[in-house]
Amino acid sequence: MSTAAQAHEEDHEHHHKETFVTKYIFSQDHKMISKQYLITGLFMGIIGIAMSLLFRLQLAWPEQPFGIFEVLLGKWAPDGVMDPNVYLALVTIHGTIMVFFVLTAGLSGTFSNLLIPLQIGARDMASGLLNMISFWLFFLSSVIMIFSLFVEAGPAAAGWTVYPPLSALPQAQPGSGTGMTLWLVSMAIFVASSLLGSLNYIVTVINLRTKGMSMTRLPLTIWAFFVTAIIGVVSFPVLLSAALLLIMDRSFGTSFFLSDIFIQGEVLHYQGGSPVLYEHLFWFLGHPEVYIVLLPALGITSEIIATNARKPIFGYRAMVASILAIAFLSTIVWGHHMFISGMNPFLGSVFTFTTLLIAIPSAVKAFNYITTLWKGNLQLNPAMLFSIGLVSTFITGGLTGIILGDSTLDINVHDTYFVVAHFHLVMGISALYGLFAGVYHWFPKMFGRMMNKNLGYFHFWVTAVCAYGVFFPMHFIGMAGLPRRYYTNTAFPYFDDLADINVLITVFALVAGAAQLVFLYNFISSMFYGKEAEQNPWKSNTLEWTAPVEHMHGNWPGEIPHVHRWAYDYSKPGAEDDFIPQHIPLKQGEEELQH
Amino acid sequence: MNVILIFSVLVLIAIALWQITKIFELSQEKKVNTQVATDKDNDWNGKLMFAFLIFIYALTLYSFWAYGDVLLPEAASEHGGDYDQLMWISFALIFFVQTITQALLYYFSYKYRGEKGKKALFYADNDKLEMIWTIIPVITLAGLILYGLYTWTDIMTVEENDEALVVELYAQQFNWKARYAGEDGVLGDANVRFLQDFDGKNLVGIDATDPNGFDDVVVQELHLPVGREVIFKMRSQDVLHSAFMPHFRAQMNCVPGMITEFAYTPKTTTEAMRQNPDMVAKVKKINKIRVEKSKDLVASGDTALDPYEFDYLLLCNKVCGASHYNMQMKIIVESQKEYNQWMEQQQTFAEFIQ
Repeated sequence: MSTAAQAHEEDHEHHHKETFVTKYIFSQDHKMISKQYLITGLFMGIIGIAMSLLFRLQLAWPEQPFGIFEVLLGKWAPDGVMDPNVYLALVTIHGTIMVFFVLTAGLSGTFSNLLIPLQIGARDMASGLLNMISFWLFFLSSVIMIFSLFVEAGPAAAGWTVYPPLSALPQAQPGSGTGMTLWLVSMAIFVASSLLGSLNYIVTVINLRTKGMSMTRLPLTIWAFFVTAIIGVVSFPVLLSAALLLIMDRSFGTSFFLSDIFIQGEVLHYQGGSPVLYEHLFWFLGHPEVYIVLLPALGITSEIIATNARKPIFGYRAMVASILAIAFLSTIVWGHHMFISGMNPFLGSVFTFTTLLIAIPSAVKAFNYITTLWKGNLQLNPAMLFSIGLVSTFITGGLTGIILGDSTLDINVHDTYFVVAHFHLVMGISALYGLFAGVYHWFPKMFGRMMNKNLGYFHFWVTAVCAYGVFFPMHFIGMAGLPRRYYTNTAFPYFDDLADINVLITVFALVAGAAQLVFLYNFISSMFYGKEAEQNPWKSNTLEWTAPVEHMHGNWPGEIPHVHRWAYDYSKPGAEDDFIPQHIPLKQGEEELQH
Repeated sequence: MNVILIFSVLVLIAIALWQITKIFELSQEKKVNTQVATDKDNDWNGKLMFAFLIFIYALTLYSFWAYGDVLLPEAASEHGGDYDQLMWISFALIFFVQTITQALLYYFSYKYRGEKGKKALFYADNDKLEMIWTIIPVITLAGLILYGLYTWTDIMTVEENDEALVVELYAQQFNWKARYAGEDGVLGDANVRFLQDFDGKNLVGIDATDPNGFDDVVVQELHLPVGREVIFKMRSQDVLHSAFMPHFRAQMNCVPGMITEFAYTPKTTTEAMRQNPDMVAKVKKINKIRVEKSKDLVASGDTALDPYEFDYLLLCNKVCGASHYNMQMKIIVESQKEYNQWMEQQQTFAEFIQ
């Protein structure tokens, strides 16, 4: 144990006058912060998903009046018919919320905070204060993002990528006024939050591992969170710079991204800037962001699949290597979002090359998951179902990446529903499954109670059927040439034969949305009335299950357990039980697996 | 279609009811519900895993059967064939890998569903196996990358030549214009600063000090001669737009402040495409839908929808504001002779501003 931790422990002895405010609100305890992240993330998730259901209604029954629109959208849905600007606003905020607030902060924030100290054997994060500030900045940015929904001209509506000039000029669309300013401010604060969090994760993993917890004995969850934090630190500042430059262009008359513009009968003064520059800056974060979202989900899955298959994860070293390879490649593929942006086609060739390379580590991961299941003794808990579901959608969605990553093929499917199908499956649904799997698996750790498994099964099966029902047909309408972000497709009789498919998709989406209510009910009621958890309900090897069920500051009473083996000694021959936790010393003559 | 919808909803509701009763039963049963999967849970979930595999296969097959006809419309440009070939090769590969991996994933989930007392195989590593599934993707992808890059270079290399027709595509919120170079074959210089010249008649901002500009022709409908290379120079006056011509496998963003390029050779005239059997079937299907829709419209006092006739499309495919969904231009591919006749009827810039 490091001296810092010892000092901390002594400090803990004198730490009895915790008030409600220091315990539940301005808490510096990683477990409380993790719960704060989760609950804020889920709240944002409800808003994000609800928005998607609203615009799905519009897409299935275009320009039809709906009472719900009148109630929720008020003046933006005159007589209950959704306004095109509002459609774009909903799409934009749905994307922003789901990508950043739910799947980045909600997923990574929750589980990095919960698991990093507990799984590496630390009393808390390296800096509890920074960790607290990180959460509150995230909370502040969420509040600003939600507040932006209520401004006079409506929230940002230029798509979640907010490409200028559309996002820069209030003349171009109503959402590019105050709504856009708030979007940018919110995102700038979000980046600050994410950086504080990521730096903390990195420092904690490097410095505060317990005795015996070498890097090669780290659970894959921690590897994933650690590498995710590094990608975040490398790429999020670039988004901040893009946001700042865009703020300059919007408010201070600079021309970083704007040039030669005539709008609403007026020639604007901007000269010499380029929107393509913005695209480069945005996607330098935007693409790694996909992996910031996905890697934690894959890390969670690795842990849950191994535990529930009662088998070691297959190919631990290859899994670590592929996380590292994906992380490295993720920073040099951003250009595949820009094949037809007007950048030099030669760059297109380079980015095609690097992009398709990502398929290799991804394939290794998928095959290793499948092999982990082989000859296992699968305990099909809800968390396990979601993990298997993740592998499935990761494969289905990942494979179409071979088409989109190929500059040639991108020409005709770029920005169509094919893309929508691809990224929703590979990053949206997969990461969401990771989030659900994590919640079902670590709920006992977070709240000391168990979630209802039958409601969990119901939640999984309905969601699984609907996820494919929603996104699989989208590949077809995308290949037919239907562009995304169209308020309605009725302006093109050519697409009339796709109307049926849109109805089908919406029906599945509505059912899927309803199924999430079951999850919410399960989550909230289990928090208060769930069956009390045992210390190690899933018979898992990792250190968090050696900590007492009742949360305490400093995580373990007395000394922090030492680590003697890797995290995956499940069903090891010669052992009595089918699991051997990491803190159990090697028996005499027992060999530690050379992995 | 509606029948399928209703059917699927009913099935889902049935599953929901079944599940709810199951929950009820289980909560009645005994108090030792530990919330950890029992053998029984493993058994029925494992079986559902297998059922889900069948569901994915069925969904795939059904989608191809029901919607297969909407996939990639017949290519109408010369490079379209190469594009399609690469697409179908990639598709076949994806389909193959998808079928096998999903089968393994769900079959294993079913086959190895847990039982008390069973012990899993301790199997942590196999370098040889991992090497195999690293090398195979490497080789496959190397092939795909090379093939892709070859085609990409082929499509994207735009060489100015005397034979080619140069056309400017001009994007603004929310319509398209096209500018032809006129008799001199050279597009006059242009900039948004000149848009207000000549009482707003300078529709695309042609620079009146450049003599090349006066014979330029600005139109709202794109006419292209068949079999001749067209080099598009794209501009935008306000925000990003994207010129998407799905039938020609062509797309390029229009960026304010710069000129972007894309070139292709149309190979099928509009008339010939209308005769294409697939297209005839598609148009027939669409018109049937429109007739059905019109019945409802007429009943509620609206006017009926016009019957649909096929035309090539130029769509905007980069979100550009409220009417993004309706930013389109008709493309007509015709013989050189018809094209010449059409061109003769158009006003040049010099004529237009007078």
